[in-house]
Amino acid sequence: MSHDISAARGRLLTPFNMVSGIILLIGVVLTIVRFTGGLSAMTNLSHNNPWGIWIGFDLLVGVALAAGGYVTSAAVYVFGMKKYHSAVRPAVLTGFLGYALVVVALHYDVGRPWRLPYPFAISPGTTSLLFEVGACVALYLTVLFLEFSPAALEWLGLRRARNLAVKLTMLLTIFGVVLSTLHQSSLGALFLIAPSKLHPLWYTPYLPTYFFISSIIAGLSMVIFESSLSHRYLHHKMDETHLKEADGVVLGFGRAASLVLFGYFIIKVIGVASGDLWHYLATGYGAWFLVEMLGFVALPSLLYAIGAREKNIRLIRWTSVLAVLGIILNRFNVSLIAFNWHLPADQRYFPSLSEIGVSIFLVTLGVLAYRFIASHMPILYEHPEYAEHEAPEAQEATGHHH
Amino acid sequence: MSVSRRKFLAWMGAAGVGLTGVGQAVAAGPKEFKGYTNSVGVLFDATRCVGCRSCEAACNKVNQLPAPEKPFDDLSVLDEKRRTDAESFTVVNRYTPPGAAKPVFRKIQCNHCLEPACASACFVKAFKKTPQGPVTYDASVCVGCRYCMIACPFEIPCYEYDKVLTPRVTKCTLCAPRLQQGLLPGCVSACPMEALTFGKREDLLKIAHERIRAYPGRYVDHVYGEREMGGTSWLHLSGVPFGQIDMREDLGTTPAPQLTKGALSVVPMVTGLWPVLLVGIYAITQRKNKIARQEQADAVATAVAQTQAEAEAKLAKAREAAEKQKQTAIDQAVKKALEEAAAEEKSQDTEES
Repeated sequence: MSHDISAARGRLLTPFNMVSGIILLIGVVLTIVRFTGGLSAMTNLSHNNPWGIWIGFDLLVGVALAAGGYVTSAAVYVFGMKKYHSAVRPAVLTGFLGYALVVVALHYDVGRPWRLPYPFAISPGTTSLLFEVGACVALYLTVLFLEFSPAALEWLGLRRARNLAVKLTMLLTIFGVVLSTLHQSSLGALFLIAPSKLHPLWYTPYLPTYFFISSIIAGLSMVIFESSLSHRYLHHKMDETHLKEADGVVLGFGRAASLVLFGYFIIKVIGVASGDLWHYLATGYGAWFLVEMLGFVALPSLLYAIGAREKNIRLIRWTSVLAVLGIILNRFNVSLIAFNWHLPADQRYFPSLSEIGVSIFLVTLGVLAYRFIASHMPILYEHPEYAEHEAPEAQEATGHHH
Repeated sequence: MSVSRRKFLAWMGAAGVGLTGVGQAVAAGPKEFKGYTNSVGVLFDATRCVGCRSCEAACNKVNQLPAPEKPFDDLSVLDEKRRTDAESFTVVNRYTPPGAAKPVFRKIQCNHCLEPACASACFVKAFKKTPQGPVTYDASVCVGCRYCMIACPFEIPCYEYDKVLTPRVTKCTLCAPRLQQGLLPGCVSACPMEALTFGKREDLLKIAHERIRAYPGRYVDHVYGEREMGGTSWLHLSGVPFGQIDMREDLGTTPAPQLTKGALSVVPMVTGLWPVLLVGIYAITQRKNKIARQEQADAVATAVAQTQAEAEAKLAKAREAAEKQKQTAIDQAVKKALEEAAAEEKSQDTEES
C-alpha cells in the first residue's frame, strides 16, 4: 500500500510537473492581480503603446502557430493527401487549444472582458478589421471544437454522436480554410490603419497577404515541431500507423514549408521593390529587416529543402524550430519592434515580467492540456473500436500512392 | 440594380459576414466625403498662443477631471513635452525652434477627424462622427481593446489603465454636451489671447486662409487639418513649420477608412470563391482517385478474363483430345465387332455347306 503511494508520488514529482506546477501557481497569482488591480497593476502598457505582448505574442503569434489545424486538414481532406491522415488529429488539437488560449488571453488584455460578445450581440462595428478577426476567431474556435470532437466522443464512448461529427469533416474543413484565410490575413490588415506608426519596411498594403502566407509556414512548421516533441515524450501513445507515417509527414511538410517560405521570400522582396524601400535597408531597421528575411525566411527555406532532399529528418525538425522563431520574430516586428518606431526610446514599450509571466502561464496551460488529452484520447493512435471505419480509406490511400 | 445589390448584401449578412460597412464603402465609389455641412470646429493659431494653460484649466473644469499634481498656473510643466492622458484631454507644449526669437506654443487635443480612424477601427461602434462636428465616444459599449489608440494618427485617445471594472477610453469631446446647450467649448471660452476660434469649419477655413493672405510673413502657408488624414474639424495655423512643433507632416491626405477598404473588400470575395475553389479541388482529387481505382479494377478484370480464357481454351483442347480418343476407341471396337461378326458368319456358312 505505502509502496503504491510512494510510486505514485514518484510519477507525479517529475521535474516537468514541478516546473509547470510552479508556473501555474505564479499564473494564478498574476491572474488575481490582473483582475483585482487592473491593467496598470502589472503591465507596461501606456497611452502610446496600447498593445503589448498579450496582443503581439498571445494573439498574433498564437493564432499563426495554431494554423496547423487548417493546413493539415486541408491537405488531407481537400487535396486528398491521405498519407498524412495520422497528422490531422494532433494538428487539430493544437489548433483548438491554441485558439482557446488566444480567447483566454484576450480576457486578460481587454479592459472589460465580459463585454467580449458585444461586437456580435450589442453593437457590431463592421468597418473594423478587428470585427472580422473577432467574428472569424469565434466561428473558427467552434469549427475546431467540432473537428476535435470525434476524438473526445470516442474516448467517451458516444458512438452515434461521434459518427455524426465525422460526417461533418468535409464541411468543417472547407469552413475552416475560409475562416482561416480571412482572419489570418486580417490580423495583418489590423495594422493597415496605422501607416504613420509602423516602419515602412513592415508596413505595406500586402500585410494581409504576408500574414496569410506566413501562417501556412507556421502551420506546417508547428506540425513538424510538435511531432518531434510528441515522439520524444508521448512515443508510447502512438500506434503503428502513426509511427509508420510520421517520417513521411515530416518530409512532406518540410518540403511544402520550404516551397512556401521561398514564395514568401519572393513576395516580401516584391513588397520592398513596389514600395521602393531599398534605401531603408541601409538603416538600422533595414539591418533588422534583413536579419528577419535572411536568417528566418531564406535560411529555413534552404535548410528545409536540404533536409527534404537528403531525407534528413533531424535537420527538418531543427529547421521547424527556426521557422517558428521566424514567425514569432515577424509578429513581434509588426506589432511591437517596428511599431511606434518614430517615438523616442524612453516612450517605447518593453513587456513587464508579469506580462511575460501571464504569457508563459498560458503556454504552459496549453502544453498541459495537450499532454492530458493526448494521453487519454485517441489523438496519436486510432481507437481500436473505430479503426475499421477508416481502414478501407487507408488501404486505398497506400494502394494509390505506391 | 440597387435592389439586387441590397439583396446580395442581405444574403452575405445572413451568411454570418456582417458587411454593411463594406457595402457602404463599395457603394461610395470615388466620391469624396468633405465633411458634414455646417459642422463646427475650432481654429488654433499658434502665433497667438502664449502658453498660459488657461485652456487646460478650463478643460479640466468643464470635464470634471481630477486636479493635477501641479496647478495650472505652474508653468514649469512646460519644460517637458507632454501628451494627452486619461486625466487631461488637452495639453500645451512649448517649443523653441531654431532661429525663433520667442518660444512657440502648441495645443494638443483630439482633432475630430472628418472620417475618424478611431471610429473606423472600433469593433463596437463606440466612436461616432456626429453631423455637428464632434467625434463622440460611448463608454457603455466599449470592450477596451484599445484598437482606437493604435489607429489614431494623432496619438490622442488614452486609456484608464488603473481602473479595474470600468476603464474607459478618454479624449476631448469638443465639449459636445456644452455645444448642445449653446455654450462654447471650455478651452475656447477660456482663451485670453483669442488663439482659439470656434465656428463652422467652412468659415474657419476662410478665416485661416485670410490670415495667411493678410500676414504672409507671420504664417507658414498651410492650414494644418484642412486635408491631413482627409481633413479634421480642428484647424491649425503656425508661424514655424509644423514639424518643428511636433505635428507630423507625413500623414498624407487619405482618410483612415480608405486604408482598410481594400482588405475589407476581400472578405466577401474569399467567402464566395474559396468554398467553390476548395470543393473543386476536392472533386478533382476524388475523381482522380476514382479513375485510378477504375483503371486498377479494369486491369485486374482484364488479367482475370485473359487467364480465364486461356484456361478455358486449354480445357477445350483437352476435352477435344479426349473426345477424339474416345471416338477412335469406339470406332475400333465397332470395327472389331463387325470383323468378328463377319468371320463368324463365314465359318457358319462353311459348316452348312
